[in-house]
Amino acid sequence: MQTILIVGNGMVGYKFCEKFVARAESKKYKLIVFGEEPRAAYDRVHLSVYFENRDAQALELAPLDWYSDNDIDLIVSERVTDIHRTKKTITTASEKEYNYDYLVLATGSAPFVPPIQGVEKQGVFVYRTIEDLEDMMAYADKIKKVKPGARAAILGGGLLGLEAGKAVMDMGLEPHVVEFAPKLMPRQLDARSSNVMQLTLESMGLHIHASKATNKILGNGAITGMDFGEDDTLEVDMLVISAGIRPRDELGKTCNLEMGVRGGIVVNDKMQTSDPDIYAIGEVALYNQMIYGLVAPGYEMAEVAVNQILKKDDVVMRPEIDMSTKLKLIGVDVASFGIPYMPADKGLSIIYENKTKGIYKRINVSHDGKTLLGGIMVGDAEDYSILHQMYLNNMPLPENAEELIVGSRGEGASAFGSAMDLPDAAVICSCEAVTKGAICCSVLEDGNESVKGIAKATKAGTGCGGCKPMISDLVTESLKSIGKTVKVRICEHFEYSRQELYDIVKTRGIQNYNELIDTVGSGHGCEICKPAVAAIFASIYNETANLQDTIQDTNDRFLANIQRNGTYSVVPRVAGGEISPKQLMAMGRIAKKYDLYTKITGGQRIDMFGAQLHELPLIWEELIAEGFETGQAYGKSLRTVKSCVGSTWCRYGMDESVSFAIEIEHRYKGIRSPHKFKGGVSGCIRECAEARGKDFGFIAVEGGWNVYVGGNGGAKPKHAELLAEKVDKETAIKYVDRFIMFYIKTAQPLQRTAAWLDKLEGGITYLQNVVIHDSLGIATELDAEMQAYVDTYKCEWKEAVETPEIRERYTHFVNSDETDNNIEFVDLRDQKMPKEWA
Amino acid sequence: MTIENLNTYETVASENVKIWFKAAATSKFPKNGGACIKYKDKQIAVFNFTREDTWYACQNLCPHKMEMVLSRGMIGEENMEAKVACPLHKNTFSLQTGENLNGSLKAIATYPVKVENGFVYVGFSD
Ligand code: SRM
Ligand SMILES: Cc1cc2nc3c(=O)[nH]c(=O)nc-3n(C[C@H](O)[C@H](O)[C@H](O)COP(=O)(O)OP(=O)(O)OC[C@H]3O[C@@H](n4cnc5c(N)ncnc54)[C@H](O)[C@@H]3O)c2cc1C
Ligand code: SF4
Ligand code: FES
Repeated sequence: MQTILIVGNGMVGYKFCEKFVARAESKKYKLIVFGEEPRAAYDRVHLSVYFENRDAQALELAPLDWYSDNDIDLIVSERVTDIHRTKKTITTASEKEYNYDYLVLATGSAPFVPPIQGVEKQGVFVYRTIEDLEDMMAYADKIKKVKPGARAAILGGGLLGLEAGKAVMDMGLEPHVVEFAPKLMPRQLDARSSNVMQLTLESMGLHIHASKATNKILGNGAITGMDFGEDDTLEVDMLVISAGIRPRDELGKTCNLEMGVRGGIVVNDKMQTSDPDIYAIGEVALYNQMIYGLVAPGYEMAEVAVNQILKKDDVVMRPEIDMSTKLKLIGVDVASFGIPYMPADKGLSIIYENKTKGIYKRINVSHDGKTLLGGIMVGDAEDYSILHQMYLNNMPLPENAEELIVGSRGEGASAFGSAMDLPDAAVICSCEAVTKGAICCSVLEDGNESVKGIAKATKAGTGCGGCKPMISDLVTESLKSIGKTVKVRICEHFEYSRQELYDIVKTRGIQNYNELIDTVGSGHGCEICKPAVAAIFASIYNETANLQDTIQDTNDRFLANIQRNGTYSVVPRVAGGEISPKQLMAMGRIAKKYDLYTKITGGQRIDMFGAQLHELPLIWEELIAEGFETGQAYGKSLRTVKSCVGSTWCRYGMDESVSFAIEIEHRYKGIRSPHKFKGGVSGCIRECAEARGKDFGFIAVEGGWNVYVGGNGGAKPKHAELLAEKVDKETAIKYVDRFIMFYIKTAQPLQRTAAWLDKLEGGITYLQNVVIHDSLGIATELDAEMQAYVDTYKCEWKEAVETPEIRERYTHFVNSDETDNNIEFVDLRDQKMPKEWA
Repeated sequence: MTIENLNTYETVASENVKIWFKAAATSKFPKNGGACIKYKDKQIAVFNFTREDTWYACQNLCPHKMEMVLSRGMIGEENMEAKVACPLHKNTFSLQTGENLNGSLKAIATYPVKVENGFVYVGFSD
């Protein structure tokens, strides 16, 4: 048996192991891996996610068991200090010696710290490992306590620097990015795109200082500022250095391997160093006189080294490595591919720029207009994958190349062909080097009919994830090509879409979940189908969540939103946001009695937080006695109808928006739908109620109401579209009644109206035909169904407190009257909050 | 309560049961759902899979954020394996093995359950 020692258990070192043990021939070799870090390899690319969840396990590339299951000895917290090439051994920091037949150096790189006076001061950090992040967070917490509004600077405005900028911003520090070059991301972006990027980032609160050379770090012991010379300084309390990387090539130097002039261990196209038994891969390897600071080339190097060691000599590194990237930086899409920018004699550039929307796109095309040479996208990189593929595969361009970025998009025909037009050899997932051919084959021959299935079988999409939309297209198209329509099934228990299930329940008169799964499903259900089906029953029979409580999502099951610490919130309906002093006092009294935290919500009402399960019926009993009813803040149902004061008080008001909002909120309250829905009513086009940001909205205009539908805020904001203009109130209500009913019947589970309208073929025009011109002949039916909802509304909290069996659900233990002693609150500005998660 | 003394839940295999704790009448537990019982210092989630006519028990503590909430989670099945989804972030755990099915969280402890004369008993080793 031969021994392979791997030095470095980072992303590429791990990938080497993974690829190696996947090969049948690997059984003849013993792998021993040394890692200097205290933990097994993790996903450095998504390091910043650690700020959000502090969950190191979630970043692991493989759990520790994986190494032992595959007979790999992993030795962590152990640095390799020497290589003895003649003896073919290595020694470690703890002075142990190991023999090798092959040695693989995957030591990666370290952040480059420029020799600036004062970099050793407290509060100066680099950004590479989980430990770096932990140190930064601890320091940030410390300075925030003594100094509200503390600032952190990042030295370096490249990719990593901007990511670090976002990280310090999330830590609650005021972020400043200091860049030496006159523009951000000097390596990937041209001046104009960099400018667009800068404007967008500044609008998000990132301060940017370009063309600044840092002379000195100021401070006595701990950093207090940066000095740029000529009396130009910036006060900061923390600094993260992100000024590039340097390969960790110490080992190569000490044993005299051939080195690059500016560092890095020289390798040939077999990934061999100047010693044929020693390989170098990843960020430590200098290939073609370059260090590649991205994972995809590192993974390719790992693949080559595996093959070379296993004697598959013909697998070598490509001469040219594609450095195209697409990233989301602080929520802004940034991509560059091929030659991002170049002088005019090399080709023509087509540029689209929209500063108000923060979008910049540039493509570079050969002089004859036939080939795509490269490009840049900022703010909108949706078409990156396909453009990148066109570039890689030298695909023919449309006659008017500008369509590629400004597009005859939208109205049907796209300027691009479909993903199916790509050659089979096109690499779709560059992190894992999976081709289009392999993906289609996995769909057609191995029956993997979902993105998830493909990921399992081929690993495509498991790296940076950027290729997922394309994989999804390939799955759909491949299935179509063999005449299979892609069936949207809600989960493994039902082979139907939500709409089909809706029709089944309705036409067969099915009464409950058990009956449904027994007649048309299989097995016993799960957390995906149960709530979806619950919503269908609620929509068809207008039944409350109390009836089939265990198929409801937690929030519906207990008629309250569950909080961070397992307590609940209480939100009574305050229709239109109108509340009397008497009601306010009642609410205040009850909140005080049960020691609840209170806050005005973004939906114009009052939320009371921190109620324990057993307190819910008691609180609601008192609220109901004061005339309140449930606000359904927990349900996939109407939330609020936001209003402005309108003509009642406002000098510009065209009509009474509050009255209308209250009326409409009472009309739709309690209706269960595929997702929550919200409304707004504004008294004039100044739009103080943000009606166009809601699922439905009315705006008073000269001569009537304008009706808008399909808007939302949230993760993907969208303005509602105009459904009808200048109609009277009754007509406005009628149209919205039909719109909501039509949505309820046909949308997917958890699809808001905006997403639904976006997918509706024919869009708003089609919708107008259905609800205004009754093109489907279902208007009377929709009207009747809506009226039935309105007539059968009941407050489910009233039902709950008045029914002893339902009240019984609200106990923490079924065998004891004690309450949950795990719940802890701490003080917060004269109120309380749950104790922080550890 | 600190995390160290929260993390005291250990799976009890049926052959190691020393005490069958009489928890409550079967009627106290929702059909096709769960509820929580107290045994000494422990919070145990008990699930009634009425459709399959089986019962399971596990720690009430979700290892993700260390909250006592699993009994309020939705139960279901994946490839014939009984599971519970945590109500807070929908991490799912096998009720047969305790394993985290959709991630790599620590496995939860599971306990044997039996039903006799209309009462639910949960098995403990101490
Ligand atoms: C309490 C409140 C925040 C606040 O303190 O103001 C809130 C709190 C929650 N929001 Fe919200 N949203 C609140 C107003 C909003 C608004 C503002 C608005 O309504 O005008 C929005 C953007 C507008 C919109 O929806 O279009 C909003 C967009 C979301 C979204 C994103 C929805 C989307 O389509 O992208 C979610 C996630 C979801 O529903 O899946 C969400 C989900 C949640 C949940 C229910 C998450 C959860 O399941 O725990 C939060 C419950 C907290 C709790 O414990 O009660 N909340 N949420 C607001 C309650 C309003 C109310 O009176 O009922
Ligand atoms: C915050 C951040 C974001 C990033 N984002 C992206 C991105 O979006 N896309 C992308 O393609 N790339 C990104 N990268 C770069 C990517 O992480 C690296 O290209 C990749 O990790 C390189 O892998 P590697 O194995 O060569 O090096 P590393 O992952 O650094 O692993 C090297 C390991 O070797 C260990 N080691 C070094 N010397 C020794 C020794 N003598 N003995 C024992 N162990 C040793 C080190 O401690 C380290 O654990 C990002 C990097 C960071 C830090
Ligand atoms: S935005 Fe909404 S969902 Fe997010 S933390 Fe705030 S309240 Fe919760
Ligand atoms: S606390 Fe259970 S999944 Fe997060």
